Amino acid sequence: MNTLRQLRTLFLGLCVLLFGSQALAQQEVTYERILNAQNEPQNWLTYNGSYASQRHSGLTQINRNNVDQLELKWVLQNQVFGAWQSNPIVVDGVMYLTQRPNDVIAMDPVTGRVFWVYKHTPAENARVCCGANNRGIAILGDKVYMGTLDARLIALDRINGKPLWNIAVGDVNLAYSITMAPLIVKDKVMVGVGGGEYGIRGYVVAYDADTGEEAWKFYTIPAPGEPGHNSWDDEDWEHGGAPVWITGSYDPNLNLTYWGVGNPGPDWNPYQRPGDNLYSDSVIALDADTGELKWHFQFTPNDGYDYDSVQVPVLVDREWHGQQRKLMLWANRNGYFYVLDRTNGEFLLGKPYVKVNWSSGLDATGRPIPTPQPEGMPTWPGNQGATNWYPPSYSPRTGLFYFNSWEDYATIYRAEEQQYEPGRAFLGGGFTVLTPAQGAPGVGIGRTNPVNTWTDEVGHAALLAMNPETGEPVWKFEQFDVSDGGILTTATDLLFAGGREGHFHALDARTGELLWKTSLGGQIAMAPMTYMVNGVQYVTVISGNAMATFALRGQE
Amino acid sequence: MTITTFSRFGRRLSLSAFCSLFLSLSAQAQDTSDHQYTSASIQAGSRVYVQQCALCHGPQGDTIDGVNLRRGQFRTATSDEDLARIISGGAAGGRMPAFNLRPEELNGVIAYIRAGFDPEGVAIRIGDPARGKAIYDGKGECSECHRINGVGHRTAPDLSDIGLIRTPAILQASLTNPSSTLQPINRQVRLVTRTEEVVMGRRLNEDTYSVQLIDSNEQLRSLRKSDLVSYELSSVPVHQPTSLNSDEVADLVGYLLTLRGLE
Repeated sequence: MNTLRQLRTLFLGLCVLLFGSQALAQQEVTYERILNAQNEPQNWLTYNGSYASQRHSGLTQINRNNVDQLELKWVLQNQVFGAWQSNPIVVDGVMYLTQRPNDVIAMDPVTGRVFWVYKHTPAENARVCCGANNRGIAILGDKVYMGTLDARLIALDRINGKPLWNIAVGDVNLAYSITMAPLIVKDKVMVGVGGGEYGIRGYVVAYDADTGEEAWKFYTIPAPGEPGHNSWDDEDWEHGGAPVWITGSYDPNLNLTYWGVGNPGPDWNPYQRPGDNLYSDSVIALDADTGELKWHFQFTPNDGYDYDSVQVPVLVDREWHGQQRKLMLWANRNGYFYVLDRTNGEFLLGKPYVKVNWSSGLDATGRPIPTPQPEGMPTWPGNQGATNWYPPSYSPRTGLFYFNSWEDYATIYRAEEQQYEPGRAFLGGGFTVLTPAQGAPGVGIGRTNPVNTWTDEVGHAALLAMNPETGEPVWKFEQFDVSDGGILTTATDLLFAGGREGHFHALDARTGELLWKTSLGGQIAMAPMTYMVNGVQYVTVISGNAMATFALRGQE
Repeated sequence: MTITTFSRFGRRLSLSAFCSLFLSLSAQAQDTSDHQYTSASIQAGSRVYVQQCALCHGPQGDTIDGVNLRRGQFRTATSDEDLARIISGGAAGGRMPAFNLRPEELNGVIAYIRAGFDPEGVAIRIGDPARGKAIYDGKGECSECHRINGVGHRTAPDLSDIGLIRTPAILQASLTNPSSTLQPINRQVRLVTRTEEVVMGRRLNEDTYSVQLIDSNEQLRSLRKSDLVSYELSSVPVHQPTSLNSDEVADLVGYLLTLRGLE
């Protein structure tokens, strides 16, 4: 009996060796696999590639010497229009992608041919400020998970795309929404809610990934009696925004999840909501099992500039000024680059990386010294920020932190008193982009015109390679238009990135030298990613309404 | 000298001027304070507008089909006299009633409309379109560079629908203080290629690696920055502040406002 079992194990083992991809295709995506994502660089198992969110791939087939041999292998044309910000997940030969408003597509990552499409039609009264975006799915076991514009969380059978459960995460009538990809930790699926322009009260919530039963919920605005509540005046906390609309990170050793929190509401009238407005524009560290707040760090107290801190928390273990440390690297929308100790939130370093005039610097605790500009005068960086939600990358090989920034971009803010009305925009004023001439176009929220009418004079992209020790970039790569493009780095010291012009670039991650480029024609508004199937490494990127996938010439 | 220099994106610029036309413009900046309406009048007009007009025309002046008061778009009126006549006498077959306003109220509400609904703004005089067209075709020499409905040159922007896309204030400023309204994309460029060809023209589009323009021979050109040895970009328009007097400017603005493109 025992021998028989051993023989069977041996036979199954041989099958895995002989028919690797087919056998793998039947495997479930366990938490342990996501935890050890670096051990299977052929896959891309979670939004930012790993729990540390470095967007750094271990794949090495494409390198400095052959990157100019990349050729287009396939294109997936989107059938709906609008900025396409979805991040694909690749598991054992299947790619999962979302498209507007809330479709999940399962496809062959070698050919782009589609297995199935699941369509969720959001409620008609779903409201999002800035486009019907969805940034992708999460996967665990036999299920994929998608948040929706009408603030629902849907679990699908990952093989056939049929819905298994569909729960309300927030009240669509009050303009709660979900645009982020969920985060899986252990047996839980976690999401945050959007709606910072509609007077919501934000939260992160965790559900049993199997059943959809709520496990914990953390409000990003403390209720009366809770620590931090006195950072709000009167009833302001009830509609103070602080949404969470970008996927967080996770440190398994500390058992902490990290989330960037968005702007307070109303956006542009800080005088209407005196106080620091915790935990808006902060990073929060939540216990993965209970949702308990372990620490927070607020980047922009009493923000009047829409400086959401929804950037991806990038977790790095490295030597820093002679000491091995557990760091968190953060280029904030407010124009400062930060280094934090992620065990306790201690501020270690903060420096402006673009022109900043809303603050004259940071004090010893990292708190900004405010210098609000006179009415009618421009504020740097402008409303879309010095950077934003698009994911950065960290390369443990170069020790550099890479992100796209907007230079020479300023706006003129206008604050107005506004009453909260349920489900209605709650903005408290407005803004105009600083331009060099009367009536000249300002840089907008996205690129909808193939002519760059605003030109570089009202803002342009600078991809920065930041040295975390100094807070100074060691190189930068500029573009004429701005970029909402995230970054991918690889173990061959390549960096892939794009921008609104639609050029897709491969740079030398050490020097910033341009090694290869191709024009895809539509704005690139998400990070590229890479995966391997049947021994071929692919790099894929969404440009405009098309996903373009590349591999080396001769590789099929 | 007002040549803009950029070191980014392959523009390696010499500081020398490429067009003597641009010299000493700042010294010629024209006095633009000649306005019929005072800011007090505009502010008084804003109160009249809110009380008497906004009910039908809306807070932004755009709720009646074919009319956008804030942007200076009317069904029949062009001049200030036309507006005064319509407000005082009614219009649209009686759907707009006649308003019995005192002269300062009437002046004020016209001033508020001409200021683009900006109580802090500057009201713009709108003159006679027929006289304005004569100036455009004659002493203004506008068609030396501009084109309307297929007539004139293409080196400067086509004006066939300029009355739809520009406010009266910007049209006036583009005559009296053109630097303040020059759209960045329309800047004049002077390029020198590796083969020593000199290309001058008006920029139509640009990205990190290339620039598209209409050259001085009215040809569409697209050049790679890697093929250029020099790229100069001017921050001032080709034409100087106008030497037309304020009545003529008002007439010319009145004419330009009638240009609405193909119906």
